[in-house]
Amino acid sequence: MVMTTHEEKMRTVRFRVGATPHIVVNSEICRNECSVHACVYVCPANLFVPLDDGGILFNYEQCFECGTCYIACNQEGAIRWSYPDGGYGVTFRES
Amino acid sequence: MTTHPANQQFDVIVVGAGPAGSAAALLVARAGLKVLLLERGEYPGAKNVSGAVFYGSAILNELIPNWWEQAPVERPVCRRDIAFMSPTTAVALDFRCAGAGFATAPYNGFTVLRPKFDRWLAAQAEAAGAFVLTSAVVDDVLRENGRIVGVRVRREQGEIYGKVVIACDGVNSFLAKKAGLQREFHPHELSLGVKEVLGLDPAIIQDRFHLTDNDGIAYEYLGAITEDVHGGAFLYTNRDSLSLGVIGQVSSLVERRKRPYELLERFKAHPAVAPLVRGGKLREYSAHLIPESGWAMKPKLYTDGMLVAGDAAGFCLAAGLYLEGMNYAMQSGLAAAETAILACQKGNFSARTLSVYQKNLKQRHVSTDFRAYRHAPSFVNGPRLQNLYPEMVAQGMEQIFRVDGAPKRKILPLAYRMVRQSSIKPGQLLRDVYQVARAYLW
Repeated sequence: MVMTTHEEKMRTVRFRVGATPHIVVNSEICRNECSVHACVYVCPANLFVPLDDGGILFNYEQCFECGTCYIACNQEGAIRWSYPDGGYGVTFRES
Repeated sequence: MTTHPANQQFDVIVVGAGPAGSAAALLVARAGLKVLLLERGEYPGAKNVSGAVFYGSAILNELIPNWWEQAPVERPVCRRDIAFMSPTTAVALDFRCAGAGFATAPYNGFTVLRPKFDRWLAAQAEAAGAFVLTSAVVDDVLRENGRIVGVRVRREQGEIYGKVVIACDGVNSFLAKKAGLQREFHPHELSLGVKEVLGLDPAIIQDRFHLTDNDGIAYEYLGAITEDVHGGAFLYTNRDSLSLGVIGQVSSLVERRKRPYELLERFKAHPAVAPLVRGGKLREYSAHLIPESGWAMKPKLYTDGMLVAGDAAGFCLAAGLYLEGMNYAMQSGLAAAETAILACQKGNFSARTLSVYQKNLKQRHVSTDFRAYRHAPSFVNGPRLQNLYPEMVAQGMEQIFRVDGAPKRKILPLAYRMVRQSSIKPGQLLRDVYQVARAYLW
């Protein structure tokens, strides 16, 4: 099976989910000051969900820790991020 | 210098156990110094993704003779293809080398799987005497009297002191920023790579890619493959799998509102790619940022008590013909290690002493290469060279080869007509020819 859906792709990745989110989205800024919502498109794990009220919901559990959202975001302060605690987060095995 | 508990005091602290960090720790340990190698992943390589072709075989061979006999390598790269794509056609330049250091020792490059290769390399540093601590995130540097004297690991009593800190913490280097050596990046300076490893029988791989025994091939694709997103794609052969992926400039993904994994699916479905990946079974999906702007995003490389190497220093050469990172990571890690060793011998860790790093980088051909190709990234990673011209070449070949009863056009009028029909202005074309020449020829 060569062609795969995004869900099928994500099922091949191992995550050890920590207790605290390492990325925090200030949805207030997304709602009031951002009309682009670049994070929704660029995130390779598709973790940014646009809400009806114009805000953004973020799931940190299946994050690749790549930093693309932070780089792509054009609103200062909307995304705060650091790395997950040691040993937590994504664990690649084959890449 | 203040004294600290002996168990928390090192000569050198290396942050990040990728190829830069592990090579640095290995060299420092061999010099008989006390070195700590910190890695935030469960094991070295757990967070690391690249294509991955490692073109640093000769470099590593100087450190560990015949390293490929013991390391987890996939296949030596003996064929390289560069393909120009339109949505339905492809024109490829096919390079094969059966001997002369490509298919024979010391080899030119190997495909590797980073979690396995990086883990092995860190183990070599450990065997040489480095202390390796995994599951350890470094949040900040420690300062005393304005100079960096160690790092803060996210845990109880996480202050660890070292005479020199070498930051090899990757493309997002929080440490280089904390130390005030690196600025925030612009979305046009970085590209996102998304990748899949597809399991495939070794016999099928050999037949399908015309490979002798364990030889391997590296394909790189330019042109319409990423639609209108500035970028390209790659496909490499491993022992019993393929590594393939799509690379897109972050700013361009944002502008075009493209999802990277959808581009990956389109790449696999391209008529020139689909037969190569047929029957492959997805083993792992991954993603990583690439510091593609080279010289333009280089941080200040040293300060009192600290050096920066590898992706953290932007030492990744992404310039069309070249797509190399691990070799420069290793070379810069070694140059940083040589600098740290010298500083320890002198007992002086000031920026002035550490400035020898620049000379060491030159001697290891890192800064010289990046300087020589400083004009390439901004231009090569732009829309015309990565996408438009390659696509035009592919379309041009289609018109040359097409026999449909219409009169044959000679190449110059054909090219003239194609340029006229495209969005390129003749003046622009001339300027681009000059830019390519300046980037690659002299």
